Amino acid sequence: MTEELMQQILKISFYGASLALILIGLYGVLTKKNLIKILLSMAIAESGLNLLFVAIGYIMNGTAPIFSTAVLDENNQLLETVTMVDPIPQALVLTAIVIGLGVTAVGLALVIRLYKHHNTINIDEIRNLKW
Amino acid sequence: MNIFTVILVVIGAIFMIVAAIYAISRKDLLVATIATSIISLVLSVFFFILQAPDVALTEATIGVALTTIIFVVTIRNTKRHEEEEE
Repeated sequence: MTEELMQQILKISFYGASLALILIGLYGVLTKKNLIKILLSMAIAESGLNLLFVAIGYIMNGTAPIFSTAVLDENNQLLETVTMVDPIPQALVLTAIVIGLGVTAVGLALVIRLYKHHNTINIDEIRNLKW
Repeated sequence: MNIFTVILVVIGAIFMIVAAIYAISRKDLLVATIATSIISLVLSVFFFILQAPDVALTEATIGVALTTIIFVVTIRNTKRHEEEEE
């Protein structure tokens, strides 16, 4: 198997998995009636989004940030350069993971309060959500 | 970039999609939570392959452990099973 084909398979796998996770999470948010299931679907969609960001910032055969090095021979002639992957999406995703945990925790706290008040977590039976 | 990485990524991607569909379609919320944590586990391996070791470590701790714990605590305080849709 050639290098070109392997890189194409890798790209298709990463983008396909992330888009599938986003679509599955969106389907769960739109169709499910249980509040915990809705928050679970949001977590799945968020995982797919994080994978999509990091996969966009990836450069083939790059190394981890933060150093790009140039390899020189004894006459200071440039032999090769080792590039690093894009660090901006990684920093953004690192923040987004932690914020996602906060959003999930606040949502689950609200779910517990709603359950104590209405004794159900089915959104069709909680009448106060409708007008 | 060798052949084993490609095989690992393809199997992991299929595993992730299957676990996501399983988590959405189960009526037992505890099983769905564990399936979501399996997604996060594969995701942290993907981040490591994509040369983002810091994101991989954060995802491994937060996605696998902390999210699962707060979901389990919530299910403990509410109902475990989703109602059947009529």
